[in-house]
Amino acid sequence: MGTTIQTLEHNLDIAEIRRQFPVLNQQVNDKPLVYLDNAATTQKPLVVIDALKNYYQKDNANIHRGIHTLAERATADFEKTRDAVKTFIGAAHREEIIFTKGTTEGINLVAQTWGRANLNEGDEILISGMEHHSNMVPWHMIAQEKKAVIKIIPINDAGELLMEEYEKLLNSRTKLVAVVHASNALGSINPVKQIIQLAHRNGAVVLVDGAQSTSHLDIAVSDWSADFFVFSGHKVYGPTGVGVLYGKRALLEAMPPYQGGGEMIGEVRYDGFTWNELPYKFEAGTPNIADVIALKPALDFISVLGKQNIRTYENSLLQYAYSKLESLEGIRFIGTAKEKVSIQSFVFNDIHHQDLGIILDKEGIAIRTGHHCTQPLMGRLCITGTSRASFAVYNTIEEIDRLEAGLKKAIKLFR
Amino acid sequence: MNVSIDDIQKEIIEDFSIFDNWDDKYAYIIECGKKLKPLAPEYKTETNLVRGCQSQVWLHAEHKDGLVHFYADSDAIISKGLISLLIKVLSGHKAEDIVKSDLYFIDKIGMQSHLSMTRSNGLASMLKTMKVKALLFLEQEKAN
Repeated sequence: MGTTIQTLEHNLDIAEIRRQFPVLNQQVNDKPLVYLDNAATTQKPLVVIDALKNYYQKDNANIHRGIHTLAERATADFEKTRDAVKTFIGAAHREEIIFTKGTTEGINLVAQTWGRANLNEGDEILISGMEHHSNMVPWHMIAQEKKAVIKIIPINDAGELLMEEYEKLLNSRTKLVAVVHASNALGSINPVKQIIQLAHRNGAVVLVDGAQSTSHLDIAVSDWSADFFVFSGHKVYGPTGVGVLYGKRALLEAMPPYQGGGEMIGEVRYDGFTWNELPYKFEAGTPNIADVIALKPALDFISVLGKQNIRTYENSLLQYAYSKLESLEGIRFIGTAKEKVSIQSFVFNDIHHQDLGIILDKEGIAIRTGHHCTQPLMGRLCITGTSRASFAVYNTIEEIDRLEAGLKKAIKLFR
Repeated sequence: MNVSIDDIQKEIIEDFSIFDNWDDKYAYIIECGKKLKPLAPEYKTETNLVRGCQSQVWLHAEHKDGLVHFYADSDAIISKGLISLLIKVLSGHKAEDIVKSDLYFIDKIGMQSHLSMTRSNGLASMLKTMKVKALLFLEQEKAN
């Protein structure tokens, strides 16, 4: 009790940050909005909204082909984002950055190109027990086609990967390890560098799903020696419909293209075609130019605040939430790993998560309820779903107090 | 007896008109949910499950003496309360009347948001399933 925003450990001016997000300044059901569904999507700062508006008002043109000024401006800005992403995730070469429409497409691209070219009958794919459906279903699809086998790295009840079990699962048949960096349902952070080292010792390739980590944690794909890394723009304060696939150059060079069309070709004849060089080989058709351009100010926004500052602040929000919600009668936290991003799932044995979500919405509080696209994980934890509060850099302890009050009100209604 | 679907809807709208805030309205719906007779376990089957994303809802329908009777349950209490209102309105009527019915009361009592796409387990899929079941009974009637 008595904790104020000033006592939280951070170097950020949260009030000023909030002013950058116009959407936060509104009433929902006659109450000031409390947006705690950031793991689903983050809100967008003015710099991102302005970049989108500016592009359509001043620069709109198709890229890489036009000879005119607008096309040159649009192309330059589009390619500037590629450089920004390269730096942001610590990649070695700009050619290793492929624009996609999101994390899901990035994983499907790898499954359908690298997977189709490299997987054979009896090969094994390791995924963790806490994967999002989008890091499971693409592998199931290619595994069925190639008669490859999917094996699951088990987790403990806290939601931590069992690394010794992972080591035991690795063998000469293991071709790929696909693992989430931070779990969307639990918040657990997985030791990706160690996972990659162990996989490489066994000759396996590693894909890291960075959808939930990229806005919170330092990403260093080259240092980790990650083979593939994927994330979505809309979860890093950027626009929807844009994402990134990072791949090591040698792997990307050896992979066949994903989709055919314009942009990805070198030369087309009536009887065939050659494909373009990296990264364009994987970017068929007119890309999502505006959203790619507006992704750069989102990444700049994070960099200016500083990942370490963001992490420290979000961590203190998480700790504060934990201390406030802990005392609610009947609450059970789901996901209690030692290392976590600012995501907290919880359940009440006698109150359905859907009911909680409805009442909180009436109080102007947005959280996520359900299985979070992790049905096998919910099964492993013997629950049908959870309520999930996920915090971003613009959230405040006052908002967590509102969450606590909302939950108390719901509890009173339902019990 | 023999109160029409229309009359029951008017009655519910009347009941809800006394609530001037959402708290009381939801408290009433939750009460309705708690009062709904539990569905016998043998009817909580895969085929009686109304497909949705968040909560589980089971709906069982019977056709007796020309009237359709609905029985339902859910693991979420607000869903259960809303379902109990639907049952109150539609259960015990002729299949033909159920199929033709226009359920305007949902809008009038301010529960239209539960018909939205994201709450697909709410009233929308429930209502659709009730009407489909009634339609099947109606076709059986015609076939006989």
